[in-house]
Amino acid sequence: MNDMVFATAFYILAGITILSAVGVVFLKNIVHSAFLLALAFFGVAGIYVLLNAEFLAAVQLLVYGGAIAVLIAFGVMLIQRRDMSSSNPDAAWSPLGLGMAVMAMVVFIAAIVLTQFPVTNVAPEFSVEGLARLLLTDYVVAFEAAAVLLLAAMVGAIILAKGAKEA
Amino acid sequence: MNFSLLSSEMLAAGLGTGLLILGLIAPKTENRRGFGYITAFGLLAVLVATFFQYGINQSTFHELWIVDDYSVFMKQVFIVAAILVVLSAVDFVETLPRFRGEFFALIVYALLGMMVMASANDLITIYVGLELMTITFFVLVAYQLGDGRSSEAGIKYLILGSVSSAVLLYGMSILYGLTGTTTIPEMLTKLTWSPILVVAIVMLIGGFGFKISLVPFHMWSPDIYEGAPTPITAFLAVASKAAGFAVMVRVFLLGLPLEGAVDWMLLISLLAGITMVIGNVVAIPQTNIKRMLAYSSVAQAGYMIAGLMSMDAPGVKGILFYSMIYVVANVGAFTVATLVRRALDTDTIADYAGLGQRQPLLASTLTICLLSLAGIPPLSGFVGKFYIFQAVMDKGILWPAFVGFVMSMISVYYYLNVALYMWRDDPKDDRPVPVPGPAKLVIVLSLVVTVVLGVYPGPLGELATMAAKSLF
Repeated sequence: MNDMVFATAFYILAGITILSAVGVVFLKNIVHSAFLLALAFFGVAGIYVLLNAEFLAAVQLLVYGGAIAVLIAFGVMLIQRRDMSSSNPDAAWSPLGLGMAVMAMVVFIAAIVLTQFPVTNVAPEFSVEGLARLLLTDYVVAFEAAAVLLLAAMVGAIILAKGAKEA
Repeated sequence: MNFSLLSSEMLAAGLGTGLLILGLIAPKTENRRGFGYITAFGLLAVLVATFFQYGINQSTFHELWIVDDYSVFMKQVFIVAAILVVLSAVDFVETLPRFRGEFFALIVYALLGMMVMASANDLITIYVGLELMTITFFVLVAYQLGDGRSSEAGIKYLILGSVSSAVLLYGMSILYGLTGTTTIPEMLTKLTWSPILVVAIVMLIGGFGFKISLVPFHMWSPDIYEGAPTPITAFLAVASKAAGFAVMVRVFLLGLPLEGAVDWMLLISLLAGITMVIGNVVAIPQTNIKRMLAYSSVAQAGYMIAGLMSMDAPGVKGILFYSMIYVVANVGAFTVATLVRRALDTDTIADYAGLGQRQPLLASTLTICLLSLAGIPPLSGFVGKFYIFQAVMDKGILWPAFVGFVMSMISVYYYLNVALYMWRDDPKDDRPVPVPGPAKLVIVLSLVVTVVLGVYPGPLGELATMAAKSLF
């Protein structure tokens, strides 16, 4: 019974994620695409919950579903053009791109299906506390480097945005 | 936990942040030349500090962070590149309308990313270091505000760099899925053949290949090299590429088993051959010096990655030695391009006509550096190529040496073409090209080092041998 619920939940969430991702690509109105992208992020967050990664799901909702989706919506509204075709001058290449994408997808799916991944039935023990301890002990270099990365990115954003206005 | 293994990174992070703070408190009306000198001296101090890290060969944080002679040597390559670039940029920065001090701070942060990459022993740390370097470069490439070409190059690098990072990250996540670990030495013991491993390795080669501009992932480099401010082009061409090599050698040699798993060497050697050929052949028709140097740097990546084919210490030694040589010669060439650009406002090779009469120092440096890149004895580029191809031939693989030799001969053509313009043709006007002090230092240094290391490669060679041995 529990497995049934789990499987149903997984397929519903996966369906939501994939369908909205397809919508992001194929919808003509870019604002709709932006909102569907947010929905896709929510679907992924749901899958994280199913995988016992509640904290990751919360971060996914906060960062992707919240901040990034809003940022994209703002970006779209600020740079929107009336005629969508002018935003993509390389549209003539799309059949080739589609062909490549389908080929890559076939190869990937085949490779994933044919591979025996090491899996366990034991759910990993999870706690935010353990994650925090790992981040500030073993992974402290990556953690601190990410902090410097954010600082550099912020400085860079100010330089480019403010400087372009004055130049 | 042994935090002393992080000392050089802490110094670099402190220097970068100190520069940012200094930029805030220094009076706005003052010029920012001093920032360049402070950065150069600070980096020199970090360079000296790294010499004390030779012979430590320890890892900490449960093997996630490793300071071996290999990583120390690579860090020194990056730091030398950064010092030379900073000195050559001191006068360039004065032409920027604003945010001059931050320019140097960002260079230091990019350097910090590379240093993290060199010492990282697990995929997560490698990735964060790589992103620190790459994202800082997005900003630096677009730094010439108001210049459309620089902004275009920045956007292009942003989009292509993000795609390559995504590909790399996907490859890394597959490796984690297969092994349950991100630590490189642990991966070596746990990987066995599976179809998805092939996909993962192709993705890793794609992601790292983008950074070192391996054909067919080199398409971005000519456009971005051309549009970026020239000192940044130099930094991108030498340090960012050397960082890519540093990680690639570690991940492939120490993390991905060949026997019983995927034969990635086949793919790498194929790409190395193609890279040597395409880089050199496409460089011939170039008329813009920065595009020519871009394709030449693609070809150089082909020579260097060929060193991986020997899979032993001499091959890695060749790569390490060649990285240092390549840094010095390329920074010399790009510094000349910066100065000519400033004086004549052109990057076209034909406009270098008569540079031998207008400024013999620049013309001789450019000639020597280009000939070193071509691998003409007795310059240091020859020694580097010799080390690499000798190591590969010792393993009984002869074709890379042949391809490398033929392609070096072809490269002499387009390198000498520039020299021909400079020395044979008469200048359009006789005004001398000014060479400001710090840039002169860089030029003389690269000239001297290129010649001296060619005649007397011993000490650097021994250092590189020691560094390479620490990997095996």
